[in-house]
Amino acid sequence: MGKDNHIIEINHLSKSYGDVDVLKDINLYINKGEFITFLGPSGCGKTTLLRLIGGFAHPDEGSIIMDGKDITTVPPHLRPLNTVFQKYALFPHLDVYDNVAFGLKLNNVPQDEIDKRVRKMLKMVSMADYEDRDIDSLSGGQQQRVAIARALANMPKVLLLDEPLSALDAKMRKDMQIELKELHKKMGITFIFVTHDQEEALTMSDTIVVMKEGRIQQIGTPTDIYNEPVNEFVANFIGESNILDATMIEDRKVNFIGHDFECVDEGFGNDTPVDVVIRPEDIYIMNQLNGAQFSGHVTSCTFKGVFYEIFVQTDAGYELMIQDYNPFEIGTEVGMLIKPQDIQVMHKSCTRNEMDAEVIDDTHLRIFSEEFECKPLGGKYEAGATVRVGVNFNKVDLQDNQEDGILWGEVSNILYKGDHYHLLIRIDTGEDLLVDTNDIWDKGDLVGIKIAPKDIKIIG
Amino acid sequence: MAVKRYTWSYPYFIFLAVFAVLPLVLVAVYAFQDSGGHFTFANILRFFNDSDALNTFAVSIEVAIENTALCLLLGYPAAWILSNSKYNRSAVTVILFMLPMWVNALMRTLATAGLFNMLGVNLGKGTLLFGMVYDYLPFMIYPIYNVLNKMDRSYEEAAADLGATPMQVFWKITVPLSKAGIISGIMMVFMPTVSTFAISEFLTNNKVKLFGTIIQENINSSMWNYGAALALIMLVIIGITTFFWNDDNKMEEESAI
Repeated sequence: MGKDNHIIEINHLSKSYGDVDVLKDINLYINKGEFITFLGPSGCGKTTLLRLIGGFAHPDEGSIIMDGKDITTVPPHLRPLNTVFQKYALFPHLDVYDNVAFGLKLNNVPQDEIDKRVRKMLKMVSMADYEDRDIDSLSGGQQQRVAIARALANMPKVLLLDEPLSALDAKMRKDMQIELKELHKKMGITFIFVTHDQEEALTMSDTIVVMKEGRIQQIGTPTDIYNEPVNEFVANFIGESNILDATMIEDRKVNFIGHDFECVDEGFGNDTPVDVVIRPEDIYIMNQLNGAQFSGHVTSCTFKGVFYEIFVQTDAGYELMIQDYNPFEIGTEVGMLIKPQDIQVMHKSCTRNEMDAEVIDDTHLRIFSEEFECKPLGGKYEAGATVRVGVNFNKVDLQDNQEDGILWGEVSNILYKGDHYHLLIRIDTGEDLLVDTNDIWDKGDLVGIKIAPKDIKIIG
Repeated sequence: MAVKRYTWSYPYFIFLAVFAVLPLVLVAVYAFQDSGGHFTFANILRFFNDSDALNTFAVSIEVAIENTALCLLLGYPAAWILSNSKYNRSAVTVILFMLPMWVNALMRTLATAGLFNMLGVNLGKGTLLFGMVYDYLPFMIYPIYNVLNKMDRSYEEAAADLGATPMQVFWKITVPLSKAGIISGIMMVFMPTVSTFAISEFLTNNKVKLFGTIIQENINSSMWNYGAALALIMLVIIGITTFFWNDDNKMEEESAI
């Protein structure tokens, strides 16, 4: 697809509020007529990105190009796009008709044309009989439809939708997903949709932009994102998955859960630590060991409506989640098989914690502004010098009481890796520390952090 | 036996009876009595033949309207700026605007009069309006500020999104949605202005007489019955106008729907 097909181009967009960088160097293009979704957990910057496109906030750096024109500083009322707001923002002093007609009246559209268009829009969202109704008398779903009709009445080239379904109940949300998708087809305009609901994103979008902490993690079709997540964050955020530590032995050969598997990935190098993602429905489970790659026994089996969710303890002691149409009895020995194309190999973002430290004396370092004891440096460094130190994930010691640690932090993300937990700890000074542990922690737990002197390694 | 929750409202009913209903009844009783204590309509009729009182009443209404208009004109933008986080991030500024309310109105008026005397400004209608605006402005700002402050800003964003210029957003969204604040601001300024007398006394040396002044003069010279009648008439007329005004408003709202 050529550049002509881009309706919006976003270049090096950054935005911060106070000390918080909400968006960091966002680059993105959006095709004409595309249904694109910004997906990510709360605080990932997706809404801010949408607000910058809508013109309700201005970026600190970067530009937004629409139809070849730079609109970065153009005020919202001059941008040829319209927004469906999260809480709809329907004008309470106007009725349904006047809400939908609001934009048209401002543009001096003749009255009979306004009539025609308002009726058409209301009919399109199945609200034709509600013209004279007060906004307050409408249900959430009805307000939602009016908000969509109001935004579409101006015939924008791009429709922005800011988590428009989040206020609806589950059943209504499903219905609206389908309706929005149909509406998109009918109108043929570009939809930019913001949500934190991965299922919603997978169902509706042509393209998904997965975001985390102000950065784009991955851009792709729903199938791409689901089947080939680029990192453990995307894999964990989109759908259920088994994320496991692995070693790439050579091209097309990877070792995890104590076995070698054939895979389709190349170019990772030999004996390289990697992560693998295996979707629960991609593990074949059977009652015989004949033809199986590895074995295990069933620890739980729950009916989920269409399939059974089965947890298996493998022969090497790893726990795997499997989805299958057949139930398996708890305690039975089962054989399992994973096809090469179902193993998604990902680069590890890092293999240990690395950070700068300040030398205090021969046996003490300042790390994250606290003093840590370390192995004697042998007089190689002067006090005040900066050195790079590495700490392995499994060498960080977490304590129940904050006071027992030298540092303290909050558990901000937890990933189960089959036989241990991989935690992201946000230190009180704002830095992150990655920790592998067998102990069970909850998200939001405050922990004390200790590192033994021998585990602090000088790496440069 | 448990005390019924309703019982807790008794003190308030007693308060209302003693400080609101009883005085009103007394005013009414005095208004319909002659000095001998006999029932009469004479006091009421006397007002409608008393050209001096009628004129003063007209002047009072005029001054009240002018004062209310000035307060709205100055107060709305002030409230808007105070409620807008782009221009004002601190609650201290809001308190500074409200601060004059903490000082007794009579003292402020006396101080203003003293200031005008010192500056050699001729006391008259101009100084009267100045004093009134000074006294009543906070009562206009506060209710409007309250409404604007609580208003969901996404309405304004939505209007801009639909193509409204900042001016159009203001007139079509901000003003209509802050109507409740405007109405209570007007009520809080207009009504007390009609009956005020201290401000006109100190700031015009009684050159401009207001209706409140006449009532006060009558009562001061022991003409209790006529004074009460004037007070009652004022109450009824203001009551009727606000009632109609409110009604008009409701009709307007309905016609907008």
